[in-house]
Amino acid sequence: MTDPDKVQALRGERKSWEESLETAAVNNPERKKFVLDSGLQVKTAYDPLDTAGLDYPDALNWPGQYPFTRGIQANMYRGRLWTMRQYAGFGSAGETNARFRYLLDQGQTGLSTAFDLPTQVGFDSDHPLARGEVGKVGVAIDSLVDMEILLEGIPLDRVSTSMTINSPAAILLAMYMVVAEKQGIPPEALKGTIQNDILKEYVARGTYIFPPRESMRLVVDIMAYAAKKLPNWNPISISGYHIREAGSTAVQELAFTLSNAISYMQAAIDAGLDVDSFAPRISFFFNAHLNFFEEIAKYRAARRIWSRLMKERFGAKNERSMMLRFHTQTAGSTLTAQQPDVNVIRVAYQALSAVLGGTQSLHTNSRDEALALPTEHSVLLALRTQQVIAHETGVADTVDPLGGSYFIESLTDHIEAETMRYIEQIDNLGGSVAAIEKGFIQQEIQTSAYRYQKEVEAEERIVVGVNKYTGGSDQAADLLRVDPAVSQRQVERLKEVRLNRNQAKLAESLQELRRAAQTSENLMPSIVEAVRAYATVGEICGILREVFGEYQQNINI
Amino acid sequence: MSAEPIRVLIGKVGLDGHDRGARVVAQALRDAGMEVIYTGLRQTPEQIVETALQEDVRVIGLSILSGAHMQLLPPVVEMLRRQEGDDIMVIAGGIIPREDIIYLKESGVTEIFTPGAKTTDIVEFIKSRLIDTP
Repeated sequence: MTDPDKVQALRGERKSWEESLETAAVNNPERKKFVLDSGLQVKTAYDPLDTAGLDYPDALNWPGQYPFTRGIQANMYRGRLWTMRQYAGFGSAGETNARFRYLLDQGQTGLSTAFDLPTQVGFDSDHPLARGEVGKVGVAIDSLVDMEILLEGIPLDRVSTSMTINSPAAILLAMYMVVAEKQGIPPEALKGTIQNDILKEYVARGTYIFPPRESMRLVVDIMAYAAKKLPNWNPISISGYHIREAGSTAVQELAFTLSNAISYMQAAIDAGLDVDSFAPRISFFFNAHLNFFEEIAKYRAARRIWSRLMKERFGAKNERSMMLRFHTQTAGSTLTAQQPDVNVIRVAYQALSAVLGGTQSLHTNSRDEALALPTEHSVLLALRTQQVIAHETGVADTVDPLGGSYFIESLTDHIEAETMRYIEQIDNLGGSVAAIEKGFIQQEIQTSAYRYQKEVEAEERIVVGVNKYTGGSDQAADLLRVDPAVSQRQVERLKEVRLNRNQAKLAESLQELRRAAQTSENLMPSIVEAVRAYATVGEICGILREVFGEYQQNINI
Repeated sequence: MSAEPIRVLIGKVGLDGHDRGARVVAQALRDAGMEVIYTGLRQTPEQIVETALQEDVRVIGLSILSGAHMQLLPPVVEMLRRQEGDDIMVIAGGIIPREDIIYLKESGVTEIFTPGAKTTDIVEFIKSRLIDTP
């Protein structure tokens, strides 16, 4: 739409249509206000005038071309479908290994490991704070022995593995490498991701251990080490998922995630790394929430913003450094305990938005997750949902099928502009680490979370089965229960490991770790040696706690 | 009925970091005129009881989404009994299966709110239970 006469004519026609709209609104008054969480008033209809300013090669371009708005590969899902990767883990390493093998047998194409909370916050299974938590929300890993059991019989050179681990990310990555080494697989052949995104732990997910600046050092150490030794590994997955789950809006999810990403990039560059040596392996993790079009526009805007940031702000030269690759998970917080079967439908639409938005991998939540950990049957249904989208709906047949839609393009522009406004605000506060220390990001998320809740309670936001259509059955078929004996067996195994390892080698490796932690050396090599000597997660984190100190949370309401 | 605001301790027991619910409820109770103390994450049952007695609260609201509720909620009630704090009402919220709710109520947790609960219902519940007791 560049012809000025045509634009002028269209303006006139739109004006007369808007007049007819007024009459329509008298006869059929609008049933509610149409406003997105990010504040945008959604218009009755979008038309060519809304995208008149769009410069195709500059703002969109073809898939696989800068700024990658339409996708990072030229042929996207026509070549390879997204990786179907269900987050799994509970109980002991043996039980989780069985769930992994089951999922691979059912056609899942990648693994995603959930660790229990003691592992995530760096406590061994016999620590007093681990009471009741061992093996509950994920698998319990204390030492290399558990990791060996977890990965037994899984071809680590062929399967890509994602591990949701942050503060102790270096330790779990080291364990994965050592297990692979024992299977005869070199580090270069390993494919996978560790989350390793500590900044969002302070604002949303809560499994921090050390203070922000010390944690940033660990993150950068891992990035630097991976850039040299693990060419096919994503050493960080910068996550908006949990920020959104904590109650943020779509724009806040994007803005806070990208601000965190900017901090990681800057920290790595400040540590002397060349941007193109590590940026191609940076990955992201987003939430697929309820508002279908807003979510699709969010992923598209994310790619465009990131590519420009990398090129213009960080001077990346390699196009791969400018490609935003991301994993998506459907929004757990939108699942309801009431009428749990309805969650299957929510998940399907959310998953569809992620696919239309060009995700690289996807986890679909299970219907019973507002009640307990998912059963095997529920997980299978969730996986099948992805397989239906991939093979039956036809949405993967062409790349970015919604590209050019007046509404989608307007929305993509809007989300980009609002996100950039937030990023600038955080830059002015001194970057995301400073913004977290000041409590700014936490406060913004909390305000949004509270507003969301109020809207549900005022029935301005309808949640089927919760504040409307509440007549159905709330009964879930059956729920998964973690065997309560897991904790005791895990503690016994841990005791055995502690007794049977080479004590001299262990002591030496831990001493070396302490020494390295007190310098600015890369910590990965000494963590690998400690893991090899069967040091536990609790022991390694214990030393780092002593050297680095622990983070104290901001508890303002 | 006294004009003194009701004092409530909102606490996160266990290791899970999901405090959206705890914070939303804390803010709603405060907006309803209560005095709210929020403990932050990773509290042990011992720490919860100690803070509750120190702060002289009438209600403890515990949030837990990790699945460790069976191990971590009953000890709070037991310790309160032992330390003459059994006039403090304990309520809880989180991902808690129905069968567990029955057990937890038998062990002295007064009420459990699961996903989808309204904050106004929580406010009303607290007020209705405390209004007649001095």
